[in-house]
Amino acid sequence: MFNGEMSVKSKGKEAFAVQPLAGGGNGPSAAFIEVDNLDREFAEEVERRSQAGLRRCYFCRSCGNGCPFVEAMDLPPYGIMRLVHYGLREKVLAANTIWICANCHTCSSQCPMAVDIAAMMNTLCQMALEERAKVAAPDILNFHLEVVRSIERHGRTHKLGIMLRLKLLTGEWFKDMDIGLMMLAKRKLDLRPSRIRALKEIHRLFLPYWKVMKP
Amino acid sequence: MSDRNIFEYSYFPGCSVITTAWESNQSLMQACQTLGLNLVELEDWNCCGSSSAFTIDPELGFNLSARNLSMADPQRPLLVMCPRCLHYLRKVHQVIRQDKTVRKAQERRWRRPLSPDLEIIHFLEVVVKLEPRSWKQGSLNGLKFMPYFGCTLFRPPALRRERYYQGEIDKVLAALGAVPVTQGLTTHCCGSFLSVVRPEMVSRMVNRIIQSAQMAGAECLVTVCALCQLNLEIRCTLENKLPVFHFSEILALGLGAKDYESWFARHLVDPRPLLWERGLIK
Repeated sequence: MFNGEMSVKSKGKEAFAVQPLAGGGNGPSAAFIEVDNLDREFAEEVERRSQAGLRRCYFCRSCGNGCPFVEAMDLPPYGIMRLVHYGLREKVLAANTIWICANCHTCSSQCPMAVDIAAMMNTLCQMALEERAKVAAPDILNFHLEVVRSIERHGRTHKLGIMLRLKLLTGEWFKDMDIGLMMLAKRKLDLRPSRIRALKEIHRLFLPYWKVMKP
Repeated sequence: MSDRNIFEYSYFPGCSVITTAWESNQSLMQACQTLGLNLVELEDWNCCGSSSAFTIDPELGFNLSARNLSMADPQRPLLVMCPRCLHYLRKVHQVIRQDKTVRKAQERRWRRPLSPDLEIIHFLEVVVKLEPRSWKQGSLNGLKFMPYFGCTLFRPPALRRERYYQGEIDKVLAALGAVPVTQGLTTHCCGSFLSVVRPEMVSRMVNRIIQSAQMAGAECLVTVCALCQLNLEIRCTLENKLPVFHFSEILALGLGAKDYESWFARHLVDPRPLLWERGLIK
């Protein structure tokens, strides 16, 4: 939506126009923000939970320029930042950006105002889960859930188990088969999980919530 | 180096290092023996929480990391191999150090004391402290390598005031006779866990990193992260692939290790032709 011109609308009447955030122009020609739907507390809530320093952001867009994953995101990091400031809760939580972010911190090391953008993304992921928002990247959430379940089962992650469970979920048995077989041949994937002894201590940490969680 | 005092460390390997990167663990042990470092594996350690727990439930991640810290002996520094584990353990320890109520709560949870003075260090720091420049042995025979730090040692914002690792791989291996080539993408992210769910995108990123190394004239890459090493090997779709070493492998080799065969045989991009050519292995 940031590829085209963007303006803010209030009940059909244009309030003020916002400069387009990215060049290009191959997207929709105009996107509108319904002023009625703004969540005034959203930015405050994200800031309180993430301690990211959102107030410091002046939209220089450095974060999006360095992000190695920006090509796969439907909104660049600065787009998410902007929408958080506006209070467009649903739009933010439905973006795949928050899930694609791998916490590599390239953005925050380039940010002139030292905003912890990855911390904001993580908080937004948690809020999306809590509010049962539609997850834009269910494959990534599935991966996270399988890792967490593996930790619950063994106290450590069991890579082969995680991979097989993901394959079971997606049904793509032949995707990456060559690499999987090569890793098995090189004994890089252990058949048996490495388990910790005091599993009880680990089990206590897991809420039943994660057992039924689905993307 | 046998006249050196024996230094003792608690050792936290991490899930990747004991499985996919077994060779990194073996070579680490070998290198430590030569350097006079005694590693005592942290008793019954668990996963630090990794990105997954910290993304979807940070409280869970915090507790998982805190359990590891509760079992570490504060008399010995805790040595961590994986940069991500190091990041999470340090981040959690920072909170425990600064917030007494959190510390008390964690102590009650685990019924073990949590020391605010525990030192958490990366293997790289330990090696740098031993002043590699003074080592008069070991020859890597001009092996041209690109140090690949990856993203997580590259200053995560929560640890802004902690140590900085830029250039340390270069310094250590240059002391052993290798030639660092640093004009590539040494701190560019390898794609991390997205390698599993978005392989095409990660392939593009990995290819870019490998190409940058080739263009700078490197013959191989040396990483400190087990996940980076794996991603750089399995996701590279270029015709000319470069071997990717664990830092500990090259360090051990440079210090004169002899049982390297089982390490290098596990690589998906065979590094042996390059090492033969350089006369580093038989």
